[in-house]
Amino acid sequence: MKKLVLAAVAALAFGTAVAAAPLKIGVAAEPYPPFTSPDASGNWVGWEVDFLGAICKQAALDCVITPTAWDGIIPALTSGQIDIIMSSMSITAERAKTIDFSDKYYNTPAMVMVAKDSTITPDAAGLTGKIVGVQVSTTHEAYTQKYFAPVAQEVKTYQTQDEANQDLAAGRLDAVMADSIALQAFLDSDAGKACCKSAGNVKSDPAILGAGVGFGVRKGDPVLAKLNDAIKAVRADGTYAAITAKYFPFDIYGE
Amino acid sequence: MQDFLKPHRIVLILIAAGLVTWCVLSLNWTWLAEPKYQVLILQGIWRTLWILVVTMVVGMVLAIPIGLAQAAGPWYLAWPARIFCTVIRGTPLLMQLWLLYYGLGSLFPSIPWIKDSALWPYLRQAWPFAVVALSLSVAGYEGEVMRGAFKGVPHGQLEAAKSMGMPAFTMFRRIWLPQALQRVLPTLGGETVSQLKSTPLVSTITIMDIYAVTGRIRQDTFIIYEPLLLLAVVYMVITGLIVLMFRWFESRTPTRTA
Amino acid sequence: MTGLEALSAASALDLLAFSPPGWGAVLLAGLANSVVIALGAYALGFGIGIGGAFGKLYGGPILKDLLAVYTTIVRAVPELVLILILFYAFTGLLNEALLSWGYDRVQISPIITGIVVLGVVQGAYQTEVLRGGILAVPAGQIEAARAMGMPSVVVARRIILPLMTANALPGLANLWLNATKDTALLAVIGFSELTKATYQASATTKAFFVFYPAAMLLYLGISLTSTLLIGRIEKWARRGQRDVRG
Repeated sequence: MKKLVLAAVAALAFGTAVAAAPLKIGVAAEPYPPFTSPDASGNWVGWEVDFLGAICKQAALDCVITPTAWDGIIPALTSGQIDIIMSSMSITAERAKTIDFSDKYYNTPAMVMVAKDSTITPDAAGLTGKIVGVQVSTTHEAYTQKYFAPVAQEVKTYQTQDEANQDLAAGRLDAVMADSIALQAFLDSDAGKACCKSAGNVKSDPAILGAGVGFGVRKGDPVLAKLNDAIKAVRADGTYAAITAKYFPFDIYGE
Repeated sequence: MQDFLKPHRIVLILIAAGLVTWCVLSLNWTWLAEPKYQVLILQGIWRTLWILVVTMVVGMVLAIPIGLAQAAGPWYLAWPARIFCTVIRGTPLLMQLWLLYYGLGSLFPSIPWIKDSALWPYLRQAWPFAVVALSLSVAGYEGEVMRGAFKGVPHGQLEAAKSMGMPAFTMFRRIWLPQALQRVLPTLGGETVSQLKSTPLVSTITIMDIYAVTGRIRQDTFIIYEPLLLLAVVYMVITGLIVLMFRWFESRTPTRTA
Repeated sequence: MTGLEALSAASALDLLAFSPPGWGAVLLAGLANSVVIALGAYALGFGIGIGGAFGKLYGGPILKDLLAVYTTIVRAVPELVLILILFYAFTGLLNEALLSWGYDRVQISPIITGIVVLGVVQGAYQTEVLRGGILAVPAGQIEAARAMGMPSVVVARRIILPLMTANALPGLANLWLNATKDTALLAVIGFSELTKATYQASATTKAFFVFYPAAMLLYLGISLTSTLLIGRIEKWARRGQRDVRG
């Protein structure tokens, strides 16, 4: 208790948080451009990384990015290997049973991507009898299972979006469903240009696709309030818009 | 039985039983009741088993020429076989699997005669890559064992066959191979268990084996330990069955090597 | 696709260059992680193995049974599953214990986690190999030492360990090679060792046939140098013994 008081006093006196250990920010260990991806020198780059920098500066938090496997990212949070999830994770009721979410920090529609010469449409009729790939335990998988699984030949699940994209390029899939921005980034790359195109966005279903993307924290972790304040602050002072302009020609916050 | 049930062991067994009861009662097993997951689990076990059996058989069949080439082949056969075994044994199976699936597999659609061939519907699936990679792994490890086994067959046996005027292939089929296989047989049980333990790697290339199935249940339900415990139990049961099967098999094969 | 173009030698060298945009440094960092974890896990496994082997041979009945359970479970369950269980259980239970005793959560570096997890796996196999090595020490040697009134710790240190080294070496060598290859399994839980680094590099650049062969050469390099070194050590360990292979 004494320590806490001391820390609070020190924080007040010096105007900075006296955090003993830096906060570990869990990022899915796989490239998810343009939000999070490792560059050749092993640093994490992308919109979310820049955004995190702004948030941690705003909230005076000491943050380190900690790559974690996507499929174990929630257990990693609850078991204490990481402190915050920042991995383009959609806020869903199902996940909110296990972890707490911050306010959303971006929200973009979901898209279906297909091979260049394909005539598939992004609905159940178009995907009947096709092989559809999605990243495992994402909102897009839930959507695919509900709308497309009954008619598709097979729904294949992947640990990473990158693997699903690769398998579409390799002709092993007929279509991939995922976040429109992540897919657009792939379509803009050389590999994406060579193989694939957008079939359009899917019909929205907020109950499944969630209410945007937020930070995930352990239930009851007081850091949540700091994050929410910081999101509001960077939205208000123009930092958010400046970072977004570096990556996208439009606002990704959603309405 | 008396020997087994010493006093301390009864206590240990009681503690273990208590632990199991605690696991059953206080952990969350509700997901096991869902028919959706029951079907997935059974399918997963089935996939694991057939991958195990197919790759062991194919791998052993490949191991025979690889072992023979190293034991008695001319240099232009012995050296490639040797290099093959060194590469397979010196690099992680996971990497071999990914090289085949992500590397080689991604080249196929850019080659028109492959994409238009009748094989394409199979090549676009994941299991052929899993079967090839895991079979080659068995071939690499067992090829080395077969080399030793072929060399270990007493020379006199082969000379005797030769002096009787036996043709080379008959000699191989009737004298050399059976005796070499008999030497390998005791190691086969252990090799099959190792191979079983390699099968979960196929889950990384989208095959829904039992490992992938429990992974999916964990991701759906956010339950961490229980599906993993089930997984461990499933593998232990399969291992136990393999060990018993080979023990029975060995007890039925007469051994009378020199 | 771009895979074929990337085969040309010049671009391959560019991709493997040490400074970005080349990925050479990432691969080497992955290699360093793999080697550190393999060494740590092997050392930890050796400690467990020595304790386990003596425990299995000379320990009390309860210790013997517990060790039997440990080695049986580890050898029957795939490493990948054990890694997952231990990865979550080790840090999760440790933190739960710390919290319940009123301490703060600790963060354990992924390298330490990897070492502990693979070390526990290695320990089971090393227990068996070392037990076999001890059993192969002629009983007369141990009895003679006991008859001279040597305390058991001295018998273990001066008689059993030196004599068993030669017997256990081939098995231990095999386990070392397994340890280096098992580090690849950590890729599945998102740890950036050599296999994961290779995957990331090739997934980003699509130059599969540059990075996979390069990484395989690195693994082969480890295994071939290890084999050479082990040969030397074996020769040293067998000094003063008659050559049985004659």
